[in-house]
Amino acid sequence: MSSIGTGYDLSAAQFSPDGRVFQVEYAQKAVENSGTAVGLVCKDGVVLAVEKIVTSKLYEPGTNKRLFTVDTHVGLACAGLLADARAIVDVARNEAANYRAEYSVPMPVKELTERVSNYLHAYTLYSSVRPYGCSVMLASYLNDSPQLFVTDPSGLCFGYFGAAIGKAKQNAKTEIEKLKLKELTCKQLVKEAAKIIYLVHDEVKDKQFELELSWVCAESQGRHELVPKALKVQAEKYAKAALEEESSDDEEDM
Amino acid sequence: MNIEAPPLWSNGPKPGLFYDFPGRSVGQSLVNDHAKTHTMYPTTTGTSVIGIVFDGGVMIAADKLGSYGSLARFRNVERIFKATDEAVLAFGGDIADYQFIREVIEQKVRDDECGGYSKQLDAGALHSWLTRVLYNRRSRFNPLWLDCVVAGFRAGKPFLGFVDKIGTAYEATEVASGFGQYFAIPMLRSAREKKSDGIFTQAEARKVIEEAMKVLYYRDCRGFHRYMVATVTKEGVTIDDDLDLKKDTNWDLAHLTKLL
Amino acid sequence: MSAEMLAMSEYGRDPRKHHFSPYADNGGTTIAIAGDDFVMVGSDTRLTNYSGILSRNQTKVFPLTEKTMIASTGCWADVLSLYKDLQAKLTLYSQEHHDEMSTPAIAQLVSTVLYWRRFFPYYVSNMVIGLDEDGSGVVYHYDPVGHMEKLRFSSAGASVAQIQPLLDNQLGALNMKDAVPPKVTKALAHQLMHDAFISAAERDVKTGDSCIIYTVTKDGVAEEQVKLRRD
Repeated sequence: MSSIGTGYDLSAAQFSPDGRVFQVEYAQKAVENSGTAVGLVCKDGVVLAVEKIVTSKLYEPGTNKRLFTVDTHVGLACAGLLADARAIVDVARNEAANYRAEYSVPMPVKELTERVSNYLHAYTLYSSVRPYGCSVMLASYLNDSPQLFVTDPSGLCFGYFGAAIGKAKQNAKTEIEKLKLKELTCKQLVKEAAKIIYLVHDEVKDKQFELELSWVCAESQGRHELVPKALKVQAEKYAKAALEEESSDDEEDM
Repeated sequence: MNIEAPPLWSNGPKPGLFYDFPGRSVGQSLVNDHAKTHTMYPTTTGTSVIGIVFDGGVMIAADKLGSYGSLARFRNVERIFKATDEAVLAFGGDIADYQFIREVIEQKVRDDECGGYSKQLDAGALHSWLTRVLYNRRSRFNPLWLDCVVAGFRAGKPFLGFVDKIGTAYEATEVASGFGQYFAIPMLRSAREKKSDGIFTQAEARKVIEEAMKVLYYRDCRGFHRYMVATVTKEGVTIDDDLDLKKDTNWDLAHLTKLL
Repeated sequence: MSAEMLAMSEYGRDPRKHHFSPYADNGGTTIAIAGDDFVMVGSDTRLTNYSGILSRNQTKVFPLTEKTMIASTGCWADVLSLYKDLQAKLTLYSQEHHDEMSTPAIAQLVSTVLYWRRFFPYYVSNMVIGLDEDGSGVVYHYDPVGHMEKLRFSSAGASVAQIQPLLDNQLGALNMKDAVPPKVTKALAHQLMHDAFISAAERDVKTGDSCIIYTVTKDGVAEEQVKLRRD
């Protein structure tokens, strides 16, 4: 890491000779240092799950949430610097509210994501600012159509059937690919999402974590809500059982 | 509009020229606002709104006519809406102003929901808020031409409040705007006074509301037979938005009221 | 606005069209009487708009501190706004000074607040009543733009023309030959106030329903409600 940047990484307004903008890449690194978040699209909605790493036992449970509601029909999960993400949530909420005020219909999440991405992109162009060190997933269920989009500090955004951001995104994506998303319902998917988070959690590096689960789906009348407590407990139970099974399988293999 | 007094003598000082009155710039800009065109009269209007408190809740009603002057222009206008589980609002006056303030309130409620605040706005809070908004607008000489009735709960107890376009606000066990002030209020009050404890049941409240709406339909030229009733109780809000008085009214006597 | 429209007189305007006025007269009457170690203030509880009764149970006397109150009548929207403004200012003061504002200081503050709206006045008749730093009762009376007068007794609002001469006569011993002002006791103040409200309710449509009488002493504020005619 010693020769990284070599003077070309001091500003987001300057390219390196090989055509990179280091400040943006460092911002992406910040996202990759964060706890994992996954978003899964199925036939009747979208499920969001976050591995919120708890760095001290002294924190109250449920603080510094990483799941947000942007508008009644849009959920947001973030990875990266939480303070940056909160600023982005604010921008997204304003965009959604303005759209409603103009057109008196809920904002399509594709347009919302594009607006947020344009905003993020603006922060990759000037020497006087730094890019946002966070990535967000926007999920919505509007007119029977579940959708999921993910932004990146560079200002890019993509739509997904299943997405993962944060430190274990590779493992998480591998797990997501095993699922037959189109055949599952949100109720079933909540368990799978919980399982993935438990599975990719690194117990050695990050001891404690809190699972956050939310959905936007037919079940919640198209509103973004935290998954009902009973269902979440069930999902966590399922996840832990699956985890134990897997570890005992590992032992057998040995 | 020139509001300054002329000089005391030709080419002399104007009154007040050497003394800077505190707040003068504020006062002047307000007067200047007056000179610009603002809402000085309503356009499409709704007539009376009425409301009463009953045992364990509140009930309000408004008809569905949007009048354009004396023309019965819009025959299916909703003038009541649910803000939260603890607040419904009904409006008389300018329909456009109503629709504007409704969107503002709905976004406020959404903001609270999305922010994850556990406490939702109740009728007391919205009443107080409306008081400030309407007073502020009247002070800029750009009023929202509204009579607002706010019904629901405040700190867990039934609440019924009123605010008008200049910010006159009060709470009462029965409120009415417009013609309701003359026709409905006496009916609601005398019905209540006939009860020994002064407390209506929900069914009694509904009956007296219906009766008042009927009289308003008979007597108010801007009244209408289609109307809405909203009820707020601890169980939440129910809105009947498709009520009709036509079958309950009898116009056989109408020809007798012609001038002799 | 065109010159033509300005020149148009009030009655020349289309009678079907409403015209906006930022003010309303919502009636209400207040009376205040100071004693050596107390002060009594009362208001009727009728709130009106034109000839309609908006509320039969609306006091026009509001607490400002433990030993100061304000009695306000006139344009009710302005009453509410003025009171909110004063409350905010008093809260700021008490948080800054760790102490409540004294009655004379509040009296001056009210005058200042009213005068700041000299060119778009609060249409309100105010009285500030309370105990001063020595513990004796005081009454301050205001006009809508902040003129202030310190008095021993006063009335304000809709029925002022009926009540003030009565108070002048009974408490000030005015308009009588060789009369001496009486010692103002709570009993006398209460009796006079009650009678005054009853008389005003007889003659003035904007006064009635009931009256609330507050007695401020060093021990706090006592409150009593008495019925008046409701027609």
